[in-house]
Amino acid sequence: MSTHNTDKIKAKLKKRYAKERRFRAYGIASLAISFLFLLTLMVNIFSTGLPAFQQSYIKLDIHIDAEVLGVTKASDREALFSANYSKLVKGTLKEMFPDAKTRKEKRARNKLVSNSASYDLRDHVIENPELIGTTQSFWFLAKDDVDVYMKGKIDRNLPEDDRRIKDFQLTWIDQLQEEGRLEKRFNTTFFTSGDSREPEQAGIKGALIGSLLTMLVTMALSFPIGVLAAVYLEEFAPQNNRWVDIIEININNLAAVPSIVFGLLGLAVFIALFGVPRSAPLVGGLVLTLMTLPTIIIASRAAIKSVPPSIREAALGLGASKVQTTFGHVVPLAMPGILTGSIIGMAQALGETAPLLMIGMVAFVADVPQGILDPATVMPVQIYLWSDSPERAFTERTSAAIMVLLAFLVVMNFIAVMLRKKFERKW
Amino acid sequence: MTEAMTHNIENRDEFNVEINGTVGKPLIDDPKFTTRNVDVHYGDKQAIFGVDLDVGKNEVLAMIGPSGCGKSTYLRCLNRMNDTIPICKVTGDFKLDGEDIYAKNQDPVLLRSRVGIVFQKPNPFPKSIYDNVAYGARLHGLTSNRAELDDLVEKSLIRAGLFKEVKDDLHKPGTGLSGGQQQRLCIARTIAVDPEVILMDEPTSALDPIATALIEELMIELSGKYTIAIVTHSMQQAARVSSRTAYFHMGKLVEVNDTDSVFTNPEHQLTENYITGRFG
Amino acid sequence: MQTHIIIITLLALLAFSYFTGRKRSIATASLSKGRYNLHSRPQYYGMMVVLWAGLPALLILFLWTAFDSTVVSALTVSQLPEDVQALSEGKLSLFMNEVKNIVDSGNVSDDTNKQIAAEHYKRLSEISLLAKTVVVFVIAVLIILVALRSIKPTLQARNHVERVMTWLMIACASIAILTTVGIVFSVIFEAIQFFKAVPVTEFLFGTHWSPQTAIRADQVGGSGSFGAIPLFVGTLLISLIALTIAVPLGLMSAIYLSEYASARFRAFAKPMLEILAGIPTVVYGFFAALTVAPFIRSFGESIGLEPSSESALAAGIVMGVMIIPFVSSLSDDVISAVPQAMRDGSYGMGATKSETITQVVIPAALPGIVGGVLLAASRAIGETMIVVMAAGLAANLTVNPLEAVTTVTVQIVTLLTGDQEFDSPKTLAAFALGLGLFMVTLILNIISLHVVRKYREQYD
Repeated sequence: MSTHNTDKIKAKLKKRYAKERRFRAYGIASLAISFLFLLTLMVNIFSTGLPAFQQSYIKLDIHIDAEVLGVTKASDREALFSANYSKLVKGTLKEMFPDAKTRKEKRARNKLVSNSASYDLRDHVIENPELIGTTQSFWFLAKDDVDVYMKGKIDRNLPEDDRRIKDFQLTWIDQLQEEGRLEKRFNTTFFTSGDSREPEQAGIKGALIGSLLTMLVTMALSFPIGVLAAVYLEEFAPQNNRWVDIIEININNLAAVPSIVFGLLGLAVFIALFGVPRSAPLVGGLVLTLMTLPTIIIASRAAIKSVPPSIREAALGLGASKVQTTFGHVVPLAMPGILTGSIIGMAQALGETAPLLMIGMVAFVADVPQGILDPATVMPVQIYLWSDSPERAFTERTSAAIMVLLAFLVVMNFIAVMLRKKFERKW
Repeated sequence: MTEAMTHNIENRDEFNVEINGTVGKPLIDDPKFTTRNVDVHYGDKQAIFGVDLDVGKNEVLAMIGPSGCGKSTYLRCLNRMNDTIPICKVTGDFKLDGEDIYAKNQDPVLLRSRVGIVFQKPNPFPKSIYDNVAYGARLHGLTSNRAELDDLVEKSLIRAGLFKEVKDDLHKPGTGLSGGQQQRLCIARTIAVDPEVILMDEPTSALDPIATALIEELMIELSGKYTIAIVTHSMQQAARVSSRTAYFHMGKLVEVNDTDSVFTNPEHQLTENYITGRFG
Repeated sequence: MQTHIIIITLLALLAFSYFTGRKRSIATASLSKGRYNLHSRPQYYGMMVVLWAGLPALLILFLWTAFDSTVVSALTVSQLPEDVQALSEGKLSLFMNEVKNIVDSGNVSDDTNKQIAAEHYKRLSEISLLAKTVVVFVIAVLIILVALRSIKPTLQARNHVERVMTWLMIACASIAILTTVGIVFSVIFEAIQFFKAVPVTEFLFGTHWSPQTAIRADQVGGSGSFGAIPLFVGTLLISLIALTIAVPLGLMSAIYLSEYASARFRAFAKPMLEILAGIPTVVYGFFAALTVAPFIRSFGESIGLEPSSESALAAGIVMGVMIIPFVSSLSDDVISAVPQAMRDGSYGMGATKSETITQVVIPAALPGIVGGVLLAASRAIGETMIVVMAAGLAANLTVNPLEAVTTVTVQIVTLLTGDQEFDSPKTLAAFALGLGLFMVTLILNIISLHVVRKYREQYD
């Protein structure tokens, strides 16, 4: 009897093992698809974003003509400030490329360098008025089209109508290159300026500071509140209490509420009801606090729960009160876990965009915010804003800003992992 | 506990008996299973040391010994259940009807259909009673139509002594049964595949006395058709159901003999100490 | 006094009262057997004074500051000429905004009404600030004096401090409830206003969505149409695409990692999946819009279809990938909660690994997996940035994944970004959508949390 079963089973084994291998292959394929997507995304972002860390500069020899500016070495700051420097820059370009005839060509000539050139020149002259009357060499930011061409993103073999840089511009660029007046350098502007409508002048400093201020508000509020709430729920809350049950259900639910809903809350409560200034890091931080609290509370509760009861019993047995036991022994022992959870919550908040759009952080802010009440934007919103801009040069800046944001997230997560590894305890 | 204290206890007389190979009759004529030089390691820890033991055809072999003596580990080697534990390493010769079960070309799936196992805690699948019993037959494609499968399920439940109690509830979940019924369901599930050997790993330790008695009866009945190897915590159970008994101690096989002689006239001092309750 | 100066002064006062309280407790105590006969250690007396005085003072300061501008604005409005008061709410808030600008900038307005209002506002603000300062400090000083007087050796200062601490913790925990209440109220009031203008039935069952015409609400026939069906269908379409990708891939990844993968591979693969979960949604949105959508477009064209450049498919696929780690980590949890005994039972019968997984482990874990999928669905429905950047604004009523659709979240963002009047039907519509979004995700969350909890209890 047994033998005929064995034969029956044997006959089907091959098929069953084929199925087994197929199943396993599905698993590997699923992971492979995820990783492939991750890889594509990263390669895509990095290859688009890396060029943004370089920027083309153009060297112009400018004769700081007192007559054109209408000032002298002895003029006061005010007069120096309001003088017409762009005329100097344009004049210099005209001397260099006299062949521009049509209006279109003349306009294109003036747009070889960024319009920030005249501001740079102005600041330099105000600092050094003794230079008036001399001829000086300056490296100015090249306009974004020139920059994009320099980075090889415009193919000069295309028909003229299909490219943004026309033939006459190409001859100028070639001339500049031959004379060594056009070169790519590390893009410091990207890190030292705020947002701008002109891609070559746009930087992430404003957004970085905005993010920093927003995170400071978020951390200052969510960490103490989250830890105290977790301590209460884990150590002090009465069992089977209705209020406590409601709190727990609320926390678990809030952890899964769409982030944009928190934005609506911020708009209706913080801005409309409490009159917190729109677009300010303060209101952003408040909204993100409410959003990250569930994460921090849940992680802190897990960390507190993992401290064995024997520690509490030992302290209580020595005559410590419940509060002393909790804050003197349990919380310090749970701190690595609490910190890990908080950092992960902060990383989430740092990457959050949607609720901040609701509270006006999407406004164009060129200035670097000085405090938590100034209008500001944050990194992810800056990325969103730039990604919406049609200029090609903004696309690479968007990717570069993503790289910076990801770098911050990687560092934060790395710290969290290190903390967990270093202080991980097996009770 | 300090190290000194542990040291003292280990040196107490009851334990301090040398084990020089297995005494009694570990090897028999015409065996179903032969195992030689069995070593089992869990990571760096050795759990079984050089066990030689035969299991006879249609006998009930009981394995007894204090906790952690390796009896369950040894049992799980017999149908390669230990393969599912990554850190577990099994060496030695295992032959079922003269066939090496750890050979490269030997298939654990096929082996387990020939050597079934019943676990300590009843573990019915979260399916109906019917589906639980039909599980193996469906996996292995043993039946060709619904009627045959119905028949097989009914027969298996009858043999496991469960049919009367559940015949009207075949489509209710198996997890809804009582502990003893669940364990008999697991036995029915195992015999539905019609194995040659049934391994039982402390099958009654989670059950009350009445459920235990039912299962013991079942074991004696099944021994007419199957070879049964049972690990048990209870010496009385070994005495009641088995024809041969093996005593394990700290990973070593100390003594094997007919159940009567092990319990009435143990050869080894450790066996005697254990069955007279000086430790365990 | 400016608010931050009030805070600093208050903190200094509290620090001073801490040391005074501490000193006083020692002064009132007497030594017996080399120990002070105090009930609590001296610092608890100081702490008690600080908490008793500081918390109410800070609370008043906080509430006053929070409601200051609302109250001052209301008072200013009540003193305005009647024709100004009769303005619509939107106009009035615009008017007040300008008044505040005049106050902040110190400019003089040529509109006398505004100028008078600005002066009122300024005066009231100054009175409010002065009153706030006085109230806060009077309360703080009074309580400090009372508390200091009450210090004596038998006073159970530690117990008092601990009681305050406990209440503080309860307050922190209750913020979760306040948040939920805040969400409900902030969407419900505006939504009710919206439903006064647009009937609920039209909103829920209308098939035409074009709020853009409602910019000038006072125009004849300019009420726009607010039939939200295209939004719901668009949301469901994209979520469905996302789940079709995320559920099988996430589940299979979890199965492979928990049942097949070696410990070494797991140690590598799990963090990789977590990276996918840690990438901000705005990055996914950028990738969807910049890379995936054009790819789908050119691929579709190459096989003879005509995908829209902002297709539902692109947003759905990228959202699906974003949710994979979410599904896989939830599934991983529930799969590893299935007892090993169950697997052993199956292996013991001679089942292969995949047979054990598909016929025993997955059925056993099914409730938990379903709960996880519901949570993933809730996340897909509420996801904003990917759809804002990749799905577009066209409210097409279609289930064709190659066409452009719009979603509830996209419309909320569109309606509320930029400077609109706060209570035009257009902005109110966003809150009505927000209410719907909150309700749907709330129901999904509660069901799934309940299912998962029941499932866990089964194997605990």
